Amino acid sequence: MDVSAAFLLEFGLILIVLSLVGALARRWTLSPVPLYLLTGLALGEDGIVRVPEAGEFVGIGAAIGVVLLLLALGLEFSIAEFTTSMRRHVPSAVADVALNAVPGALAGWLLGLNGVGILALAGATYISSSGIIARLLGDLRRLGNRETPAVLAVLVLEDFAMAAYLPLLSVVAVGGAWWQAVLWTAIAVGALVAAFAGSYRWGHHVGRVVAHPEAEQLMLRLLGVTLVVAALAESVHASAAVGAFLVGLTLTGEAADRARAVMEPLRDLFAAVFFVAIGLSVSLSAMAPLLPAAMALAALTAVTKVATGWYAASRDGVAVRGRVRAGTALIARGEFSIIIVGLIGPREERLIPLVSAYVLILAVVGPLLTRFTALPVARKRAPRDDRPSSS
Amino acid sequence: MDVNEVLLPGVGLRYEFTNRDGDRIGVIALRSGDFEVVLYDENDPDESRPVFRLTDEEAETLAQILGAPRIAERFADLTREVPGLNAGQVEVLAGSPYAGRPLGTSRARTLTGASIVAIVRGEEVIASPGPDETLRTGDVLVVIGTAEGILGVERLFGG
Repeated sequence: MDVSAAFLLEFGLILIVLSLVGALARRWTLSPVPLYLLTGLALGEDGIVRVPEAGEFVGIGAAIGVVLLLLALGLEFSIAEFTTSMRRHVPSAVADVALNAVPGALAGWLLGLNGVGILALAGATYISSSGIIARLLGDLRRLGNRETPAVLAVLVLEDFAMAAYLPLLSVVAVGGAWWQAVLWTAIAVGALVAAFAGSYRWGHHVGRVVAHPEAEQLMLRLLGVTLVVAALAESVHASAAVGAFLVGLTLTGEAADRARAVMEPLRDLFAAVFFVAIGLSVSLSAMAPLLPAAMALAALTAVTKVATGWYAASRDGVAVRGRVRAGTALIARGEFSIIIVGLIGPREERLIPLVSAYVLILAVVGPLLTRFTALPVARKRAPRDDRPSSS
Repeated sequence: MDVNEVLLPGVGLRYEFTNRDGDRIGVIALRSGDFEVVLYDENDPDESRPVFRLTDEEAETLAQILGAPRIAERFADLTREVPGLNAGQVEVLAGSPYAGRPLGTSRARTLTGASIVAIVRGEEVIASPGPDETLRTGDVLVVIGTAEGILGVERLFGG
C-alpha cells in the first residue's frame, strides 16, 4: 500500500488543531462548529497554510460527515417526543417558519440570488442548531427550567421539517421541474411517514437485524446500511442526507441508544471534517464583501428567533424572564445551515461564503447572548462546574 | 403523591413534585443515563436551581439507598395491590451479554423501568443487589415492574 507521508502529516496536524480549538470551545462553553469553520478558512485559498495533500480526503470525509450527522439526527427521534411536540407547539412551528424563513428568502432576493439560492438561504436562516442548543441548555443547567420543553419542541419540529425540506431543495438544485420537486418531496415525506410508522410497529425487528452485542459489528452493519441507503437516495435525487435520516428513524428504543453510542465518535470525527471542508471551500476574498449582508441578516434573524422562542414559551405559560431565555437560546444556527448550503454547493457561488459568515456570527453570538441575558440571577447561583456534560 | 412528568424531546424526562416542606423538586433523567436534581425557586417558578448531578452508577446507588430495601420487603404486597405491577423471574442464560459482568452495566432499570430486587444463585439469595454485583450464567433475577418491563429485562438477559 502506498502511503503518502505528506497526507498523513497534514491530516494529523488538522486533527491536532481541531482538538486544540475544540478544547478552547469547551472551556468557553461554546460550540466547536464555528472554530472548525475558522480552521478550514485558515487552511483555504487565502489562508495561512495550505493542505494540498489532505484536500481530497477531506472532501470525501465531508460527504460521510453529512450522512452521519443526519443519521444521528434520525436516531435522536422518538415518536412520543414528536407527537407531544406536535400537540402543543404546531402554532409555534408555524410562527417559526414565518418569522425565520421569510427574512432569509427576502435577503436572498435582495442579494439577487437565483431561486435555488433563495430557497437555500431561507432554510439556513430558519433552522436553529439543535446540536448547539441542546448542549448549551445542559451546560447552563437549564434543563429543569419551565421554558425548556418549549425550546426543545421547537427544535424537534424544525428537525422534522428538514426531512421534507432537504429533498425539495436537492431536486430544485439539480434543475428539476416544479412537478418533479413536488413529486420527490411527496415521496420523501411518504418514505418518512412509512419509516416512522414502521419503526413504531416493527422497529424492534429492524433493530434486531442491525443489532449485535459487539460494538464493532454494530458499527460496521449500521454504517454499511446507512451508506447504501444514502447512495440509493442520492441516485434518485432525494439527497443522501435524507436517506441517512430515514435509517436513523427506523431504529428505536434500545437499538437506537446503542447505535448512538457506537456512532458518536465516528460522527464527531467526520462532522468535524465536514465543517473544515466547508471552511476550505470558502476564500476570505469571497467572504469579505458579503460580511455586511451576513451581519445584517444575523441581527435580523436573531431578533425573529427571540420572538419565536418568546411565543413558544408563552404558550407553555412561562413568565417574561423565561421567555427571554427561550428566545435567546434559539438564536444559534449551526450544522444544518451549513448542510443546506453544502447541498447546493457551487451552484450559487455567494451562498457558501455568506452562510459560513452567518453561522460563524450566530453560533458564537447566540450562546453568549442567552448566557448573559439570564445573568443577574444566574450569577448568584452559578454552580462551580467543571464536569463535562455527557449529552 | 402527585408526580408531574414532562417530556424533554431529545434530552430525556423530567419529574416534578412538591415535598412536605413545600419545596418544588425536579429530577431530570437524561438519555445518557445521568440524572440531574433541581429545586424551583418560589419567586420565579420557571427557573430551576441546580442541586446536584449524578452519573448512571451514582443514581443507581442512590436509588438502592432510598428505595430498594423497602421494595424488597414489600414487593409481594405491592404487586398484589398495584394493578399493572408484576413480579417475574428472569434467568441469565449462557451467551447473555451480561453473564460475567456487573449488574450495573446492563442498565436494566434505566432501559426497561423494571427493578431487579434480588438475585437467586443456587441456594443463595442476594437481596437488593448493587450495581457492582457480578452476574453468572444460571442466576435467576427477581424482577418487579410492568409486564412490559419484565419482558424487556428478559430480552436484555436472554442469550
